[in-house]
Amino acid sequence: MELRKDEKPVLSTHDLTIRFGGHVAVDAVSCDFHRGTLTAIVGPNGAGKTTYFNLISGQLAASAGHVWFNGEDITRLSVADRTLRGIGRAFQMTNLFPGLSVRENARLAVQAHQRMGMDLFSMADSHVELIERAEHILAEVHLLDKAEQITSELSHGDQRKLEVALMIAIGPQVLMFDEPTAGMSVDEVPVVLDLIRELKQDKDRTILLVEHKMDVIRSLADRIIVLHNGELVADGDPTEVIASPVVQQAYLGVAPEEKTEGAHV
Amino acid sequence: MIVKLLSGDRPRSKMLSAVLLLILFGLLFAPFLFPGTRSLDTAARICIFIVLVASYDLLLGYTGVVSFAHTMFFGIGAYGTAIALVNMGASYSAIALGTVCGALVAGAFAFVIALFSLRVKAIFFAMMTLAVASAFLVLVSQLSGFTGGEDGLSYRIPREMTPAFKLVKEKVLGVRLNGKLITYYVVFFSSLCLFLVLLRMVNSPFGRVLQAIRENAFRAEAIGYKVVRYRSVATILSAVMAALAGSLMALWLRYTGPATTLSMDIMVDILLMVVIGGMGSMYGAVIGAVLFLLTQSYLQNLLGLLQESLGSLPIVSEVVSPERWLLWLGMLFICSIYWFPKGIVGRLRGT
Repeated sequence: MELRKDEKPVLSTHDLTIRFGGHVAVDAVSCDFHRGTLTAIVGPNGAGKTTYFNLISGQLAASAGHVWFNGEDITRLSVADRTLRGIGRAFQMTNLFPGLSVRENARLAVQAHQRMGMDLFSMADSHVELIERAEHILAEVHLLDKAEQITSELSHGDQRKLEVALMIAIGPQVLMFDEPTAGMSVDEVPVVLDLIRELKQDKDRTILLVEHKMDVIRSLADRIIVLHNGELVADGDPTEVIASPVVQQAYLGVAPEEKTEGAHV
Repeated sequence: MIVKLLSGDRPRSKMLSAVLLLILFGLLFAPFLFPGTRSLDTAARICIFIVLVASYDLLLGYTGVVSFAHTMFFGIGAYGTAIALVNMGASYSAIALGTVCGALVAGAFAFVIALFSLRVKAIFFAMMTLAVASAFLVLVSQLSGFTGGEDGLSYRIPREMTPAFKLVKEKVLGVRLNGKLITYYVVFFSSLCLFLVLLRMVNSPFGRVLQAIRENAFRAEAIGYKVVRYRSVATILSAVMAALAGSLMALWLRYTGPATTLSMDIMVDILLMVVIGGMGSMYGAVIGAVLFLLTQSYLQNLLGLLQESLGSLPIVSEVVSPERWLLWLGMLFICSIYWFPKGIVGRLRGT
């Protein structure tokens, strides 16, 4: 697929850096992400992929550099503000509202998107349109039949799907998946991959994907960037990047493809 | 209609509905069912504490914020009304002005505390509220010219609200219809309204966000809720409600002092009531307050009866002596927390 480089990027990071004491976890990463593309971010464990995500979605504050979103500098904005602007995040460690029902989880995200949280005096359940929207999204991730269940009772795979549902519900322009298939059983993986493929159909969306499984990356990504020790070491077309010596050494050399795949089953 | 009044928050258990109805009608007809000054006083306290405990549960059970300043807000409301009545004389406008000012001051205070301390870790917020509440207690006892110090304030309320005012000469159903009865119903219906408002708040979109924050504040932020802002608003609302309950207390007792409103003992009682009734449910506040205050008021009588009937047994009658009521109170609470970790409401709902 052709990258529309001529267009302004939706999201870009400019010399984005974070230091923890003397350790530089993300080191001056500059990268543009364009509308309608799916970029895979790869690198060995500890390369700074999740930290890079945290800098973009705001869980961590950058030591230096900038994050731009639709032409606006969002480096100093709070997580909530970035989310409301359209940066969605599905977390690596499942991160839900465990004591609430699956429907309520999704409904809360829809409610946040509609900016109705400060409504004090109406009944939450009287806003049928929010519930319908939540159920629509649950149907998209194949969870509608489990809407009544308490979230903590869901299987791990279903919790991952709900994680994705929460991200979709906030109506994001940028969708960040952090190892969406990690820990899933073999038959659940295709469901999530199909879902990402479907989300990709919408050309207004920009997807960032941290993933270890090379076959997944090959089938989904338009572009790969490689992080190693916090630095951006390669960027480009998936087949080329995977074949390049720097990647073979930095990434595949450390964690061979077969081994990573085997570890997840 | 009823469902709407309850904001769609059904008791979800036949037993619980029965108990709640019993409490509602018990309090509604308390002056006629349980005549006597002491039982009416207990009933009024129950009404006021239901609001106080429910407003605390808004913070503790729904939002997951631990605060020790709730009696301070209760006291601000009570002192607001008391000071207005002392300085403006026994008029309705004094009551109204005192109540509104008390609520506003409590809200403003809560806002400042929230602003300074809700960003930090939960334990620091708890410590901060403890420090502020203790400082406030000292301040009130030092500013004796204004607050009456340790002695507190006694004042008159409008004549229509005192026992001296007779509605009808004769007794009705064996009860004198006097001003005290009017005050009781003012307290009862105000408490009922405040409780229903709280019930609406926790079932509103806002209340749902609070529950989300309790469940996972990190994720609540990551779907677009500004957690600090929501926690602050919850703290302010809870403070205002506590202040309004305090105004009712000031009206009912015609006396306001540190011991009736500000003391840390009351703070501990509130905590116990929330936990016993069931955190995260407004109905838990009702049941917790009723059970606690009834036990506190009548356990001594019950033990006295028990001792009389066991009079012949040497050691047992010593153990159930009415002077040891605090021991039994403590034991009862330990048992109830042991057997009902989710509170009585949690137990009745079978969760």
